Amino acid sequence: MSSDIERDLIHQSAATLAQAIAEGETSSREVTQAHLDRIAAVDDRVHAFLHVDAEGALAAADSVDARRAAGEELGPLAGVPLALKDVLAMRGIPTTCGSRILEGWRPPYDSTVVERLRAADVIILGKTNMDEFAMGSSTEHSAYGPTHNPWDLERIPGGSGGGSAAAVAAFEAPLAIGTDTGGSIRQPAAVTGTVGVKPTYGGVSRYGLVALASSLDQAGPCARTVMDAALLHAAIAGHDPRDSTSIPDTVPDVVAAAAQADVRGMRIGLVRELSGEGYQPGVEQRFREAVGILENLGAEVVEVSCPSFDYALGAYYLILPSECSSNLARFDGMRYGLRAGDDGDRSVEQVMSITREAGFGAEVKRRIMLGTYALSSGYYDAYYGQAQKVRTLIRRDFDSAFAQCDVLISPTAPTTAFRLGEKVDDPLAMYLNDVATIPVNLAGNCAMSLPVGLAPEDSLPVGLQIMAPAMADDRLYRVGSAVEAALQDRWGHLLIEEAPSL
Amino acid sequence: MTEPMPYADAVTQFEPVIGMEVHVELGTASKMFCSCPTAFGAEPNTQVCPVCLGLPGSMPVMNAAAIESIIRMGLALNCSIAEWCRMARKNYFYPDMPKDYQISQYDEPLCVDGYLDVTVTTDDGPQVVRVEIERVHLEEDTGKLTHTGGATGRIHGADYSLVDYNRAGIPLVEIVTKPVTGTGALAPEVARAYVTELRDIMRGLGVSDVKMEEGSLRCDANVSLNRPGDEWGTRSETKNVNSLRSVERAVRSEIQRQAAVLAGGGRVVQETRHFHEDTGQTTPGRSKEQAEDYRYFPEPDLVPIAPDPVWVEELRASLPEQPSVHRARLAEQWGIGDFEMATLVNAGVLGLVEETVAAGVAPDAARKWWAGELTRVANEREVEPGELGVTPADIGRVEELIAAGSLNDKLARQVFEGIMAGEGSADAVVEARGLAVVSDDGALLAAIDEALAVQPDVAEKIKGGKVQAAGAIVGAVMKATRGQADAGKVRALLLERLGVSD
Repeated sequence: MSSDIERDLIHQSAATLAQAIAEGETSSREVTQAHLDRIAAVDDRVHAFLHVDAEGALAAADSVDARRAAGEELGPLAGVPLALKDVLAMRGIPTTCGSRILEGWRPPYDSTVVERLRAADVIILGKTNMDEFAMGSSTEHSAYGPTHNPWDLERIPGGSGGGSAAAVAAFEAPLAIGTDTGGSIRQPAAVTGTVGVKPTYGGVSRYGLVALASSLDQAGPCARTVMDAALLHAAIAGHDPRDSTSIPDTVPDVVAAAAQADVRGMRIGLVRELSGEGYQPGVEQRFREAVGILENLGAEVVEVSCPSFDYALGAYYLILPSECSSNLARFDGMRYGLRAGDDGDRSVEQVMSITREAGFGAEVKRRIMLGTYALSSGYYDAYYGQAQKVRTLIRRDFDSAFAQCDVLISPTAPTTAFRLGEKVDDPLAMYLNDVATIPVNLAGNCAMSLPVGLAPEDSLPVGLQIMAPAMADDRLYRVGSAVEAALQDRWGHLLIEEAPSL
Repeated sequence: MTEPMPYADAVTQFEPVIGMEVHVELGTASKMFCSCPTAFGAEPNTQVCPVCLGLPGSMPVMNAAAIESIIRMGLALNCSIAEWCRMARKNYFYPDMPKDYQISQYDEPLCVDGYLDVTVTTDDGPQVVRVEIERVHLEEDTGKLTHTGGATGRIHGADYSLVDYNRAGIPLVEIVTKPVTGTGALAPEVARAYVTELRDIMRGLGVSDVKMEEGSLRCDANVSLNRPGDEWGTRSETKNVNSLRSVERAVRSEIQRQAAVLAGGGRVVQETRHFHEDTGQTTPGRSKEQAEDYRYFPEPDLVPIAPDPVWVEELRASLPEQPSVHRARLAEQWGIGDFEMATLVNAGVLGLVEETVAAGVAPDAARKWWAGELTRVANEREVEPGELGVTPADIGRVEELIAAGSLNDKLARQVFEGIMAGEGSADAVVEARGLAVVSDDGALLAAIDEALAVQPDVAEKIKGGKVQAAGAIVGAVMKATRGQADAGKVRALLLERLGVSD
């Protein structure tokens, strides 16, 4: 291990790095510098980062090294670098949400996720690219240009958290934070061959997460291994009095579950509605192989039906725009970020209007308009009201499925990474990428995506989605690490090690 | 502009319907959704944080003390308390709102269906009017805009505007009445009596300092007129009503204005109107002909409010004495009837009398000064009696001086005049103005002898047993001493001089 570490700091898991730092085999500064060097070497092609805080990262690394040298007991991720999605507030560091309208804004406060990362001595390298205000499935809707998929630079890295997933897949960081409103952690994980988890709604504080849709948003871990994701999950999760929707109960022990890696005796439900039409053959093939692995490992796989899932996409595209139309109202040029058209004569209303016209991209405007319409007097019941009813039905479908099964599974995304530009002018085709991930956001439970191979037709990664009941996040890790271990046995390595070296 | 119709004519030809919307700023130590302080008068934008500034990513957390306050208010107003309700977002763009939506309540108010009985004085004696309460709900206050430049002090025409967000997020309770009908010419007094009673209840509950002049109690008065037997007319909503007296004046002036418009064949415009203290008139504000669409929806950042019914009953049991019960108790203690009590309430001096009695003054004397001389001066000067500058302690001192025989009522009035003119305490005024009853027996006897010499026939009558004739001599002595004698003492000395007794 020692020689491996010296040779190649960037290809190690977070757990390995943390241990090596703790044992003095390397230092946090060396590890951090190695990742900064990697960013400098490849990010002009990947464009995972919007802002790199080299100075802050190295200072934090030195502090960890000094405290370790002084004999202080440090946490399980101390000194390990991480990439932070640019939707989370970090004091003094530019936070744009991938939008022009927030260009230049430096938050005067830390989000709770950032506070907890600092408390865990995780080194924050910088902020990652994303679809503007997390609206998109390809990161092409970033105002600062798209992120490229490390597996094929001509392809999308998924979205909205394409920057976080690509940073991890391109070995620019062993860990990243994403946020998942309809699949923005899981779908990028699927198409980049990485692991991503959307925790139970309320499991991780939303305080300081710039809201897209408040009732759906959830921050979670991105990593290259299930254990790394578990360590990061444990570091950021837990009750926060500053977020009223945060769950007071104790977070299940996800690290222990990842170490357990045993599915014997578990009942696993295969969701009938999340397969078939629209799913790429290679995706279905790798998914079926994963089902076979689970059975070989001693789980019982049964088919379950969740009929309301067919209406999930429609309900989602009413609830999300409604909430986002309100959440994004504050970007009006009055207090922070962009102000356009203020020539001293124009009225407040005119300046607000010109600023929003100039500062928001097309997808953001589309959703604000959809949401404004859906909430309008006379339409509310037909749109927002009905969508909430669908949401209840979806929750009931999950309830009855979880009454029979410990976890549910499906492909994470219907296709592998598509080409940049391929769907950018077809919003509906873009929205369909999230058809399998959206139900979990609507119901508020948790899910993971982990890589289960490359689709034979395009040699691009395929993701398996594991879904568990609310506050049973540990089951994701128990199942995920078992599948990961079985695949690693079969291949002799992790899938990500097959990615091009850039 | 049409001349207002004389009030008596207006209420003969038309029936007014009134409705009151009162906003009470709660006196909680911290704001509604963050821990910022709420003290009035701080430097602008010094009592703010990411939450009340609505910075991206910040989230509200409900102030439990605000919930307790509004439930106590609802109970005191005889409302039903909802067992489950949600906050809602009211969406509209305005620079005094940091988030461009206000967290309020819409179709699920916390308190509903209450009433408040108020007493007004009529020629036939006191009359009780029941004002029904439609709802009592919780919302957050906005920032305060100051428009600089321009003639009107309003946003249109201003050179620039300044925003102070210290007030943003202070908890506000809105109390909305049902339309109050059938009060006829008494409508303005009912409006005033309602707000007075409401203020007294809030003060008794200790939930707010209810200072209209500082805006911690704000009243919008809705007025419409209809001809007897017709449907209700179009209503106007008068704002900027900053004192109890203004409530009455604003309603009266709106009745006169609308009557003139309707009698002239015109149409009342549905709009907000601004009341002007100086002219006693209202001027048009924002049109409400086209209802604004606030796109209300349940606030997803807050969990529902579900007060435990047991706790609500505990709050009910611990409510302070209702003002009406309190008044009945005072009336009994002071030995006065309904009419006298109604006079004190309508003059707005009940609290002052109570404080004065508490300062050790006999109830009759306290009532005499506040309801008599001081109310007369207040009316003359168009201010509230409490604003005259006379304190309960002043009355206590004056009464002591009267009891000691060094002042009489006539001199006491001059002492109050001096206090109101800012000449200092009662003793200081007595000293400076040389106001003291002449109590030197020698000087009084000389004056008596002089008077008897002038009116020998009266002297004879008294000596002959017609004691009631003494008044003429006493009067002459009082005149000679310019009122600075104690009439009782003069009479006693006179009778002694003439050797007669009562």
